[in-house]
Amino acid sequence: MVERQSPLEPAPLEPELRTGSHGDFEHGPDVILSETRPGSILQLAAWPGQEKNLIAGIHTVTGLALPDGAGAGSTDGVRSVFGFAPGKFTVVDEAEGLVSAFAGVVTPAIGTVTDLSHGRTAIRIAGPKAEWVLAKFFAIDFALPAFPVGAGRSTMHHDVFAQIQRTGADQFDIYVFRSFARSFWKALCHASEEVGYEVQ
Amino acid sequence: MLITCPYCGPRDVIEFTYQGDGNRERPQPASQNLDAWNAYVYDRLNPAGDHNEIWQHSGGCRAHLRVVRNTLTHEISSVAFARGDHKVAARHKAEGKT
Repeated sequence: MVERQSPLEPAPLEPELRTGSHGDFEHGPDVILSETRPGSILQLAAWPGQEKNLIAGIHTVTGLALPDGAGAGSTDGVRSVFGFAPGKFTVVDEAEGLVSAFAGVVTPAIGTVTDLSHGRTAIRIAGPKAEWVLAKFFAIDFALPAFPVGAGRSTMHHDVFAQIQRTGADQFDIYVFRSFARSFWKALCHASEEVGYEVQ
Repeated sequence: MLITCPYCGPRDVIEFTYQGDGNRERPQPASQNLDAWNAYVYDRLNPAGDHNEIWQHSGGCRAHLRVVRNTLTHEISSVAFARGDHKVAARHKAEGKT
């Protein structure tokens, strides 16, 4: 694989990208930001009528079972999967090369597998105020009953298209286009300033 | 204005892109029927009331939707996936008024 360079490398004049605490963190940071850098980010799409076969294929390769329902998903900390559109799923793995594991399983008769590992940046926002910060960005319901752990949502912040998966009670993984990642990261930092944030 | 996407749930209209009048029927690409092409390109019902529209949830699941929107109140009375046979009743209602 080609070695990947993060779009979030620190620069001298951009303190938001430096590890450590920022903003109003006098009483401890309420938000923790990090880049998860997964090795594989794939999008899988089923042809009409093949959705069940695709879900079975995802289970075979990742071991993750997809609950029923729009936007449902699951995660085991290493691999994650969630639906982001009818018959379409994002599958993420910490390791590289997940696309080749799907080669013999998701056949051309079932659907397509697209490798976006170099095209998306994964940003993790965690902490007691993570939900509160994201509510400033996206007009969707982030409350736990409406957005359960494992579930995914596709939405946008102005022109920045984002796929969001809840990976913990107060933790979200956000997948954005790589070229938007740096400015989106900074926007997250500015929105988190008033509650204090830590960059890890 | 909120549109309730059948996949994503209620979302702000800013996430959606209007894809045009949902009453048009495109002639076959090889068709030489100029009247049919003229109707496809120019003829619009322009109802004051329920109107069939095609929208795309471009800032979400990207699905194309058949939406019935009231042009007077912006009330959305039905939303369905455009894929498949989702011809809606409002079309006939609108035609009845002309």
